[in-house]
Amino acid sequence: MSRVIELAQLMQGNEAAAEGALAAGVRFFAGYPITPSTEVAEIMAERLPRLGGKFIQMEDEIASMAAIIGASLVGVKSITATSGPGFSLMQENIGFAAMAEVPCVIVNVQRSGPSTGMPTAPAQGDIMQARWGTHGDYPIIALCPSSVREAYDLALRAVNLAEKYRVPVVLLMDEVVGHLRERVVLPPLDELEIVNRREPIETPANYKAYRADETGVPPMANFGIGYRYHVTGLAHDEKGAPTNDPATAEGLLLRLHDKLQRNLDDIIIENSRSLDDAEVVVLAYGATARSARHAVKKARQENIKAGLYQPLSLWPFPAASVDRLAEQAHTIVVPEMNLGQYRIEVERTVRGRAEVVGVNRANGELLSPDEIMQAILEVVNK
Amino acid sequence: MMEELERYLRVDRFPLMWCSGCGNGIVLSCMLRAIKKLDLDQDRTVLVGGIGCSSRAVGYLDFNTLHTTHGRALAFATGIKLARPELNVIVVSGDGDSMAIGGNHLIHAARRNIDLTLVIFNNSIYGMTGGQYSPLTPVGKNATTAPYGNIEPEFDVAELARAAGATFVGRSTTYHTGLLTRLIIEGIQNKGFSLIESIAACPTAFGRQNKMKSGTEMLLAQKESAVHINRAVKMSPEELEGKVVIGKLHRREAPEYTELYDRLILDVRQGIKRRFD
Ligand SMILES: Cc1ncc(C[n+]2csc(CCOP(=O)(O)OP(=O)(O)O)c2C)c(N)n1
Repeated sequence: MSRVIELAQLMQGNEAAAEGALAAGVRFFAGYPITPSTEVAEIMAERLPRLGGKFIQMEDEIASMAAIIGASLVGVKSITATSGPGFSLMQENIGFAAMAEVPCVIVNVQRSGPSTGMPTAPAQGDIMQARWGTHGDYPIIALCPSSVREAYDLALRAVNLAEKYRVPVVLLMDEVVGHLRERVVLPPLDELEIVNRREPIETPANYKAYRADETGVPPMANFGIGYRYHVTGLAHDEKGAPTNDPATAEGLLLRLHDKLQRNLDDIIIENSRSLDDAEVVVLAYGATARSARHAVKKARQENIKAGLYQPLSLWPFPAASVDRLAEQAHTIVVPEMNLGQYRIEVERTVRGRAEVVGVNRANGELLSPDEIMQAILEVVNK
Repeated sequence: MMEELERYLRVDRFPLMWCSGCGNGIVLSCMLRAIKKLDLDQDRTVLVGGIGCSSRAVGYLDFNTLHTTHGRALAFATGIKLARPELNVIVVSGDGDSMAIGGNHLIHAARRNIDLTLVIFNNSIYGMTGGQYSPLTPVGKNATTAPYGNIEPEFDVAELARAAGATFVGRSTTYHTGLLTRLIIEGIQNKGFSLIESIAACPTAFGRQNKMKSGTEMLLAQKESAVHINRAVKMSPEELEGKVVIGKLHRREAPEYTELYDRLILDVRQGIKRRFD
């Protein structure tokens, strides 16, 4: 007990995200200041040189995204942090990272939009942008913490997943979690699982940079160590050479999706509370999951069979879990600080087997436990 | 191309995508001659290109090669160089790529004086997209998006780079290959941000719209309009009207960015308070 108290520290969500990334081995940060994510950059500017790493404030978010891809290609785990407007600017190069399979992590601390919106007000308006923000069909992973500890754990996990699957990973925070100060106990560094990209075992002469083995993920040779190859955002063959051949281009695109699809068990993480016998399920993520947790507790006190399902990974969509919820519950309540972005995806999977009810707010205010409780009461009293 | 440079080429990627009469191959061969002269280790050299006909050059070369997004090559290269300063990083970019969509990255790379060598293939036009005007299209020239003649003044790349902080700036043409090679050599040797602009012919997208039929004719025009800096300093502004000044245009000593950062790391780790005086 006393040891826990000793190790407990007061930490902010943005700080936890930065520390989680550093613990995962991140040694390069490029970014551009924007509320409410700026603390991540400030902490990185202070911490990285002490660890022998590099921080650079670029001229904009397009350049920031480009720089972290460059740093990752030469073998340094890299991250950037931004918020809505900056996330919009990063999109083209996020697509590049997806296409060229360069591991990297983008922290997006969501704020109220569209456009400049309300810079200091929370929102969850970038759910779909995180999935479909750049052009084309591309794979991506997005993780979403609801607490300071989760921000730490998921930042670490984001880096691990990026390295393992060679994809851009979005850590989709929101202003509430980013600026939240909580007492946390962090795991000892030597107990953390750290994943590094798999390097090729073949000689440079036999290496084909985009030839995947049974995992679907090609081993990655860092630039500068003797494996000379070509990296491009153009459709390319196994050697990385640009191609217009429809079969090769399609093969590449399908493999990019397949490398995540066949590893969903490893990628998807979720939390649940009182779900076993739940007839009304609240599906909530990020800051909204905090209010949902209170609402479910209250409902249980009033003998309502309510439960919470909290996806910690928003993308890829946890279809198998939502499928089970659709079979089990008569109603799924989806509270979100947007006009129903994730709900659309839930409805698509539920396909009418349960009622899907949205509780939405996009005015820069938090959803309260009472509002979610109200929605639960409405469905049980109907 | 020439056998002596074959070790630098990915011959399996041939033929080159460039049109006949295109100047890009000439700039490329000068780059490779410079690399050969300096005996750069292919394993330790990264070539970064943007988007455009010229930027495609990197794909034909046997180095660590990165073909990025339009205008962003310098920003990718900045990440590479800062993360691994021991690598040689050379950037290839078109006039649209470097001066329009990528103009902001250019001035900031120059300002930081990060040790990158940027070779701009200036064909005065957007080649890959079929002949739209660029920030380096001269006033009065035709482009598909300037069908009545271009009314926008052009940038002077060299002046811009100098003002932004570049420590080496040179300009040549594809007619003056010896000079171009020497400038690239010196640019790579310079520990800091170096910019070498090479005027290159694009008979397809520029020449055809501007009454210059062949690459040869355009090469001769380069010869006619070029004035070496040593001669230009003695000429009046009137005499220089319509001329292109070539040669080593600017050189200055300044601390290099990645070296400064490495020193910062050392100081921070030793608890030394940094003083700027
Ligand atoms: C974001 C973006 N905008 C536009 C394009 C289309 N585009 C491709 S190349 C190019 C211009 C290239 O001109 P330049 O940089 O001068 O190179 P060149 O082809 O003449 O060598 C444009 C506009 C693109 N690929 N990406």
